[in-house]
Amino acid sequence: MKHYEVEILDAKTREKLCFLDKVEPHATIAEIKNLFTKPHPQWYPARQSLRLDPKGKSLKDEDILQKLPVGTTATLYFRDLGAQISWVTVFLTEYAGPLFIYLLFYFRVPFIYGHKYDFTSSRHTVVHLACICHSFHYVKRLLETLFVHRFSHGTMPLRNIFKNCTYYWGFAAWMAYYINHPLYTPPTYGAQQVKLALAIFVICQLGNFSIHMALRDLRPAGSKTRKIPYPTKNPFTWLFLLVSCPNYTYEVGSWIGFAIMTQCLPVALFSLVGFTQMTIWAKGKHRSYLKEFRDYPPLRMPIIPFLL
Amino acid sequence: PTSVLVTGVQVSSRIFMVWLITHSIKPIQNEESVVLFLVAWTVTEITRYSFYTFSLLDHLPYFIKWARYNFFIILYPVGVAGELLTIYAALPYVKKTGMFSIRLPNKYNVSFDYYYFLLITMASYIPLFPQLYFHMLRQRRKVLHGEVIVEKDD
Repeated sequence: MKHYEVEILDAKTREKLCFLDKVEPHATIAEIKNLFTKPHPQWYPARQSLRLDPKGKSLKDEDILQKLPVGTTATLYFRDLGAQISWVTVFLTEYAGPLFIYLLFYFRVPFIYGHKYDFTSSRHTVVHLACICHSFHYVKRLLETLFVHRFSHGTMPLRNIFKNCTYYWGFAAWMAYYINHPLYTPPTYGAQQVKLALAIFVICQLGNFSIHMALRDLRPAGSKTRKIPYPTKNPFTWLFLLVSCPNYTYEVGSWIGFAIMTQCLPVALFSLVGFTQMTIWAKGKHRSYLKEFRDYPPLRMPIIPFLL
Repeated sequence: PTSVLVTGVQVSSRIFMVWLITHSIKPIQNEESVVLFLVAWTVTEITRYSFYTFSLLDHLPYFIKWARYNFFIILYPVGVAGELLTIYAALPYVKKTGMFSIRLPNKYNVSFDYYYFLLITMASYIPLFPQLYFHMLRQRRKVLHGEVIVEKDD
């Protein structure tokens, strides 16, 4: 069997960083990354980007050496992706924060509101409902992170955890401050408004969970396969007929429900910002689906049926 | 081509200073700091737009390029000083009148305190000003002295 030689150069400076001889032709990029780590332990595999061209796209971990357009001496270019952190860690941290922070405001822990309100309880039913909904939402997210989601990527850049936590924790504190404030004003249309909004919230939470389960079932454990999602027997998944990312559709719906239920402008703003970001993600996902699958259903829009 | 984001931020800050501070808070209109930022802005804009105009006409006299990349060294800190001093002078009036502020309780369960907003705005100059200033210095070295700048990798 003919062995390959692999030389790894820095993509920016073209400096020779590593020379590997006697590499198996069927070696994967992942295995090469492991070999590269040995002389350069500070560049663990998750932060390595190897590519055939200094300005080209990153090679995938699953790519096999002999299937790449290289001769028996392959030249790969290395780019440092910077310190990495696992997706699971980021998700757990960014979701645990709002769960905890909201409760600080709900229980009116000292130094938030005036001292005469310390540890008092709101006399409005909707405030208690809101706490249950908000807490349920983030407990659901934490459990999904641990038991449901199958991530395509293991890691993301470390700086993301600071950016993401600022966003989630900041908005959670801002919303919780007003909803649990002693001077909180309940919704204009009273119990009717609260009931309707709560129904929207619950339906969308169930919908969002159904989509997460459907997406999970598309992909076997440990694999990175990509398939077109289709509606299942679960009626909540029938939204796949009309949108590529119904999980985002349901998520926006949940927050709109929560905003109507609490009639709190900061919640509406949080929903709007979230909607903007999820639309960007949905459009990206929709584009990848269209590129990868010739037979992708033409009726589907990225996030809002028929519109967006 | 200038960045949409940077230009957007600059235009917004100009509109903010003119309408939300100087126009709305009458007592500070006689402050010297107002003259300071107005003069700095005026000279800067005349230089900058002359530079853009002549660049587009493909007929750029060197002294305009020289002015565009040297005047800012003085004008930028002067302008910032004028802006900050003006906002600082406005603070007591904002606090006393509670202008542009929303208090609780209200139907939409939100509040806004213009006084604290101004304090945060003033604080934001600390990270923002050095970044913009050093960006202009780097541009100056590149354009006037033909220095090749190796960009730090992200």
